[in-house]
Amino acid sequence: MAAKNIMIVGVGGQGTLLTSRILGGIALQGGYDVKLSEVHGMAQRGGSVVTFVRYGDDVAEPIVEEGQADVLIAFERLEALRYAHFLKPDGALVVNDWRIDPMPVVIGAAEYPDGILEGLEKEYKVYAVNATEEAKKLGNSRTFNLIVLGVAAQHMDFTKEQWYEVIENTVPPKTIEINKKAFDVGYTL
Amino acid sequence: MLGNEAIARGAYEAGVKVSAAYPGTPSTEISEYLVQYKDDVYAEWSPNEKVATEVAIGASVSGVRSMACMKHVGLNVASDPLYTVSYMGVNGGMMVVVADDPGLYSSQNEQDTRMVARAAQVPVIEPSDSAEAKDFVKRAYEISEQFDRPVIFRTTTRLAHSQGLVTLKDREEIEDKPYVKNIQKTVMMPGNAKLRHVEIEKRNKELAEAANTLNLNRVEMNDTKIGVITSGIPYQYVKEALPEASVLKLGLVNPLPRKLIEDFAAKVETLYIVEELDPVIEEQVKSWGVKAIGKEIFTVQGEYSANMIRQAILKEELHIKEPAKAPGRPPILCPGCPHRSVYYVLKKLGLHAAGDIGCYTLGAVAPLSVVDTTICMGASISSLHGMEKAKGKDYIKNWVAVIGDSTFLHTGVNSLMNMMYNKATGTVLILDNSTTGMTGHQDHAATGKTLQGDPTWAIDIPALCRAIGVKNVVEVNAFDIDLLEKTVREEVAKDEVSVIITKTPCVLLSKAKKPLYRAVPDKCKKCGMCMKPGCPAMTKDKDGTIRIDDTMCTGCGLCDSLCKFGAIELVKEGER
Repeated sequence: MAAKNIMIVGVGGQGTLLTSRILGGIALQGGYDVKLSEVHGMAQRGGSVVTFVRYGDDVAEPIVEEGQADVLIAFERLEALRYAHFLKPDGALVVNDWRIDPMPVVIGAAEYPDGILEGLEKEYKVYAVNATEEAKKLGNSRTFNLIVLGVAAQHMDFTKEQWYEVIENTVPPKTIEINKKAFDVGYTL
Repeated sequence: MLGNEAIARGAYEAGVKVSAAYPGTPSTEISEYLVQYKDDVYAEWSPNEKVATEVAIGASVSGVRSMACMKHVGLNVASDPLYTVSYMGVNGGMMVVVADDPGLYSSQNEQDTRMVARAAQVPVIEPSDSAEAKDFVKRAYEISEQFDRPVIFRTTTRLAHSQGLVTLKDREEIEDKPYVKNIQKTVMMPGNAKLRHVEIEKRNKELAEAANTLNLNRVEMNDTKIGVITSGIPYQYVKEALPEASVLKLGLVNPLPRKLIEDFAAKVETLYIVEELDPVIEEQVKSWGVKAIGKEIFTVQGEYSANMIRQAILKEELHIKEPAKAPGRPPILCPGCPHRSVYYVLKKLGLHAAGDIGCYTLGAVAPLSVVDTTICMGASISSLHGMEKAKGKDYIKNWVAVIGDSTFLHTGVNSLMNMMYNKATGTVLILDNSTTGMTGHQDHAATGKTLQGDPTWAIDIPALCRAIGVKNVVEVNAFDIDLLEKTVREEVAKDEVSVIITKTPCVLLSKAKKPLYRAVPDKCKKCGMCMKPGCPAMTKDKDGTIRIDDTMCTGCGLCDSLCKFGAIELVKEGER
């Protein structure tokens, strides 16, 4: 199989690492060669963060380049906009319909663009979900990333049981149940 | 497995017994992953990279396999022992893992460790994925012991923080080498070092010769139109972009295998050299009269990619969409960060800050913009001292030095000694958040815990400052902004050295449920005071209404203490 390219983008601290590790785990379970690339250090401090997951029969480079992503998972609208050009023409853009103002917007030096999703829908297949609100309903707003992942999982070739197993092996033991529940919310949307 | 995890695993399998490091992105996780092997590998956080390297040298002299781990700029701190252990050679094998940061994801410069290694005449081994990272560690120790050389194991951010598949093997129990006193080899005074210099030149020549047949270097003959010499992560980009090309992949990048390279060059029509950062391989290869193309078409900055190679070598026109226009999102201090509170006060007082390396470097970012300088670890205190000696004590009445707890213990303490010795009068703020924050919360000599999390002696920073001779040592809670303001005012005015320690733990350290604040629109006068510190959890709507994002607020209360109208209130339990 030619390598499948997945990108996860968001704001440092939103849990992109956990999500990319679940994605790496699922690809491994599918018997593929897998490479993941993460961001640590200063960029993690509230900055724009990108992680890459690539899997297939044989994967060389650990990064996804412009125009190559099959699935782009964005944890925030502005980050979806920033990285949308990494998608293949027929790629899927899964986006958390949530706004976090970057510092230039907070201090009034820039404006948060209006109508991001509407604009993106003209060019890409967009699957938007307000995962943060959905996660609050579950009682833990931090599980929003599993909801977004659940939506993305609809566009990937793994069974629900496979996802469950990887979630169980990846998230902290105490949070397995809530994370599986969150995944379900996204998977059935 | 993460590249860093694979290096730790490789060290474990290679029978390493001692490892020492100072945290530095992208090298930090190597030591953290070593903790799981604590029954077999002693690993520690040292206060700085020089100390860590010397710990590794000591272990090597005593006859065991050892390593020190650091980021590229850490090697600058460790270069003193490095240059001389190069003369000494090893007893037990010794490796210094150095992680470069092309693209400056989390560093103050983009230096190339291979240049340092050439200057120090130290062999360099470079893997190109996690599997090689693990296997090459073992080869590094074999080479170290066979050729009596310390070895630099070079990685880059992309390798250190990428995951790939790795096959695990058992640990090899390596018998300790006997220690035999040999003053000529281990006491580097002029007479001995002069002889050792001759010896290491010989050893390096032997290694360079052996490099022609070492299996660390690999020729992949394919179509001969394009030949590429490469190493490390760029090898993966070459494979992705030029699957048809012939490739000479170097695993040992210093010294270079001259014969192997010349033979390869003779077999291909056009030879390219693809290496991130400096033209280290290229300049040597060209100096032998070999025709090659390198930095004529490639940059010395940042990371490479397969697309970059397609464009540069194949002259392919890529049809890539322009990125959308979107406001930038630079890194910032976290919501609830105690540094924000300190910088708010410094800004209010109109003070300049000589800054240092850590999360608090972000005090240079708008709207705080307090930090004036950031150079290297420990430089805040010494550069403030330099300003005073240049311009006099009144000049620095509107300056302070700002440094973190871990950085203070790293090299800042030397600079404070200098201030006392040389009759300075400046004010130093130690932002003590009880951890090494930026690199992801590592313990240090003042946290009371070892790398393994075991309890240990905690250095008392205030007592240390007093022992150096500082009379004015004041401790203040970072969030008590009134007291902090008063303290800074008073201490800066004094004609004596002052140290103000704001001891407030990093907000990310506590997992306890935190209080939550909300804005009350009815009481809000839209004055904007609460927005001044630039908290990312707060947004101002177009009409000036303030909102607090309840998923981000950590309940530090800074906004509440700035609001004069009671328009920010604590959310009661049960209403959340």
